[in-house]
Parts: sequence; structure tokens; C-alpha cells
Amino acid sequence: MEDNRPKYEVFVVNTAQYYTLLTKKYGMRKKWQPADLNEIRSFIPGTILEVYVKPGQEVHAGDKLLKYEAMKMQTILEMPFAGTVKEVLIAEGDKVRKDQLMIQLEELAE
Amino acid sequence: MSLKRNILDLRRRKKEAQQGGGEAAIGKQVAMGKKTARERIKAILDENSFHEYDLFVEHTGKDFDMEKKVLHGDGVIIGTGTMYNQPVCIYAQDFTVAGGSLGLMHARKITKIMDHALKMRVPIIGINDSGGARIQEGVNSLAGYGEIFYRNTEASGVIPQLSVILGPCAGGAVYSPALTDFVFVVENISKMFITGPSVIKTVLGEEISMEELGGALVHSEITGNAHFYALSEDECFEQIKKLISFIPWNNTQKALRFPTQAPTFPTSIEDIVPSDPHYPYDIRDIIKAISDSSDFFEVMELFARNIVIGFGRIAGNTVGFVANQPMYLAGVLDCDSSDKAARFVRYCDAFNIPIVTLEDMPGYLPGVDQEHAGVIRHGAKLLYAYSEATVPKVTVIIRKAYGGGYIAMNSRHLGADFVYAWPTAEIAVMGPEGAANIVFRKEIDEAENPAEMRKQKVQEYKDKFANPFVAASKGYIDEVIEPLETRARLIHSLEISEHKVDKRPAKKHGVPPF
Repeated sequence: MEDNRPKYEVFVVNTAQYYTLLTKKYGMRKKWQPADLNEIRSFIPGTILEVYVKPGQEVHAGDKLLKYEAMKMQTILEMPFAGTVKEVLIAEGDKVRKDQLMIQLEELAE
Repeated sequence: MSLKRNILDLRRRKKEAQQGGGEAAIGKQVAMGKKTARERIKAILDENSFHEYDLFVEHTGKDFDMEKKVLHGDGVIIGTGTMYNQPVCIYAQDFTVAGGSLGLMHARKITKIMDHALKMRVPIIGINDSGGARIQEGVNSLAGYGEIFYRNTEASGVIPQLSVILGPCAGGAVYSPALTDFVFVVENISKMFITGPSVIKTVLGEEISMEELGGALVHSEITGNAHFYALSEDECFEQIKKLISFIPWNNTQKALRFPTQAPTFPTSIEDIVPSDPHYPYDIRDIIKAISDSSDFFEVMELFARNIVIGFGRIAGNTVGFVANQPMYLAGVLDCDSSDKAARFVRYCDAFNIPIVTLEDMPGYLPGVDQEHAGVIRHGAKLLYAYSEATVPKVTVIIRKAYGGGYIAMNSRHLGADFVYAWPTAEIAVMGPEGAANIVFRKEIDEAENPAEMRKQKVQEYKDKFANPFVAASKGYIDEVIEPLETRARLIHSLEISEHKVDKRPAKKHGVPPF
């Protein structure tokens, strides 16, 4: 039993440490991160049809950011709150993956 | 007047139709490392037992010049035969005929043999090797798929349904296998997906190979769609024959009975499990140590390896084993392992196969990904499946039985008929480390040396609760047994459960957390 130890990983369940092997799928899981509201990310893979904002532009809640096509449906993304556009990382005609950063907003001043 | 002319004509017609897509197409099939549909059927069934129907069926496509094309048998072979001298129904899609594409008559042939299997209460084996819907036949193809799915569902829990994926199986076609009991895949040959790599690339810009997207290994290891993974078609056919030997022909029968054989596993059952509950071992060794001939036929070996499911025999009768696997992820319950075990329990229950549960698990896998993936509703499937099952249910607690996992793993409380525990069993609301931190928080915080105090309190909790005797004192487990007694106890428990009657309230069906 002692000889087997090195190949096992330490795995914690409810504060107890167990020696065990991990599975491929377990290794594939993504660590959870809280959402950053200043990052406008794609929620489904698709194509950018139009971009309505430029870097440095001040935007208000309800202003159009971009038009997006996914699964044959067109959607217009609007600002959920007021802010300033810091960076536009996509252009018209771009194909975007799921969860790709498209527009970075300035940190909101408290 | 002699019938010779007619007979010769029939022979000529049969020979031509049996050619399928012709020599060139067969050559291509072989070049891909695949057997032909006819060879596959012969390899699975008892020798010379196959009888074919609907060889002369022709397709009904009229659009896109289809009326000019001859598609022998419309790309699928159906028939009956035997396995172990017992009747089975079988169909095999023929990729050499229009890529095995599914048109109306192709589907009609499949549903014909499915109807036959259900009426005769015999297993049905479907060999899938098809490019998908025959686009030229439009909505008729979709109708065909739908009619197959309907029958898969109707037959579910009545007759065994086996799907063998020996080629592409894409789009709507994937749902028939998904509705059946067992899916067999072969490395480099099986490909299953809803949306193929080319569409994914065009629409989403994601580049992935067919093998990485929906190859045999992916479905065996990651998605859990496949139950048996083989490196060759021949190995796959052996797996099918082996599975069939363990399961009954329909839901009113019991599995074939074999003569009792002693286990042959070389290690003593007392020497498999480390006494320290933090160290792993292979739970399959325990299964082998208690099964006839130590023959354990594992189902879904590569998916959710933290739980082991499969068939074995005890005193000649098939049992379904469900066992936590400390070797992987410490044997925790999580979304995938709950889902895997729950479906297997329901399979065993539907087909009169007693369930033997071996328990050694530290609880549910903690983590945001698990919670967000719905470990509550997936975990609930296992509770549901065990509670619902009316076949004989026996549990042996080997080591850890903590918290919700203790309840889920066929506890007395969910209707287990017999619950045994080894003297190494720890039946408690949680592991000693966690429990001591909560129960003795004040003492630990206020101690001069908290680390020392924690150690002391963990030991105190261990001595008091980390054993089977608290649960035994309440009758939650029926007996604490020595490891060496396990097989004899199981034999006896199953023998006296043979006429078990467990009536439940009449209902149309339950509403399990699918």
C-alpha cells in the first residue's frame, strides 16, 4: 500500500484529505469566477453585425452597443448601466466564441 | 411444369439485392476498417441463425431524380436470429447503400422489426452506420426518426434494447441510441454528434476533429452516452454477447441461470482494503472477490469512474453491482456518478435484477461547478432510483458512509432489504475531521493549543462515531459482518429475497428529477 502512494493525488472532501486518482473530466472543469460587470462578453457563439460605440465614448443605460447574430437570430446588446467604453475588441463581421470579451468598460467610479 | 425458372429468378434477385451498394462501395467500407452490415449481423448472432425480411423493399423518393435510383433494401437490413439459442431481433444500417441514409422505407423496416421485437418480447439490437436523414426525402425522414424514437420509448423497460454505433450517427439519429438501454462504441469507427465539425466551424468558428467532438472515447469518458468501449468491431461483438448472457430476455423473465462457481480472485477479501479510510483501493477487487468465477462485467467503465456499475453473478444468478470507487475522486458522489448509478439501478429494477450496493464514500463532491451543474437534482436521481426499485436490494458498507451519501447508497431508509457493515465501516453524519470542527468548535477555539485540541477531539469523535455500532444499535444496519462472510451473506440474502413482493401505490408513473 505504501508503494502506491506517490501516484495518488491529495483530494479534500469536507476538510478530510484522501489519496486518490483524478479523472480526465475532473481535470477539464473550469474554475468559477465571479462575473465582472465591466466586461461585455458573448453569451453564445455568433457573428458581430454592427458596432455602435467607440473607445472613450460615454454610454447610458439603454444605449446600443452592438448587433449580434447567433442561431439565425439578431440581437441588439444594450448598456445595462451608464459608463465609458474603454476598449472595443471586436469589429463588424467578426465571429466570436462563447464567453469572448467583446467590449471593456471603464471601472465605474463609486 | 417445373418451378426452376422462378427459383432461379428469385436467387438472382436476392443475390443482387444482397450486394447492397455494390463492390466499389463495399471496398470503401472495408478500407475504412469497417465490416459490412451483413458481416456484423452474422458476427453477433448464433451461426446460421439469421433470417432476413424486407430484402426487396424499395425507397419511395420521387424528388431530385431519386425515382431513377435503386437502393437495395433501402440501406438497412432487418431480421431475426438467435443468441444462446434464444430469439432476438436485429437491424443493421448499410452504409454502402446511399450512406445508410434514413428515408421513409428505411425507417419503416426498422420500425417493423422493432414492433416485432416488442410483440415477441425479445431483445432488439440496432447497428447504426448512417450518414443521417436522407435529405431528398425531406420531412419523411424526420417522420421516420420520430417513429423509431416512439417505439424505443414504448419498448423501454419491456425488452432489452442495444445500440451498436459502427460508423457515423449524427443529427436526429443519435436519439434512438440515447433512448436505448446500452450503447456500444468502437475506437476510430463510432462518431456521434448532433452538429458535426463542419457546421461548428462555419457557424461558430470552433475547429475540432470528428474524433475529438464525438468519437468513441469522448462518449465513453466525457459525455456518458456510451456504455461499452471497444478497440475493434470484434471486441465489440464479444461485449454484446457477454452482456446478453447477463440480462433477461424481457421484463417478465429472469436472466439465464448459470451453475454456481466459487470466486477465483487471488487476494483474500481481508487484504484488499487499507484500514486507513484516507487511502484508496480498487473496489472492483471486492466485487471480484465475492462474484462467481470473479467475473465482473463493468458497464460505463470510463465515465464517472468514482462509481462502479456492472453485472456479476452470485450463486449463478445475475446481480447488478453499484459500488463507490475510492480509487477515483475518493469515491465521492457527484452529478455524473449519481446519474450513472441511478440509470443502472432503474435498469436492474425494470429487468428483475437484484442490486448489490457496496459503499465507501466520503460524501458529495464540493465545489461551485458541482452546485451550478445541478448536483442537487442529479443526486436526487439516485435517491429516486433506489427508493423506487422493488427488486431485492442489499447493501454492504465497507468503510465510509458519511452524510447524504450514506442515505443515497441504498440505505435502510430508502428501502434496502438487507444492510450489512464491515467492522471498518464509519457511519456518521460527516467525517471525523469536519464533525469535530463543528461539534467542538468552542473547545478548539478556546484551547491554549488549538491544533492539539482539534487532534484530540477528532480522535474522540472517531472513537465514538466512526464505527458501525451506533447505526447497528438503532437497527439501521442488520448485522456487522467479517469481510470473509460477505459472499455467504449475499448468497443467503438473495436466496430468501427470491419471492420478494413490494407493492407500491398505483400510479401512471412518477416524476423523477430527469
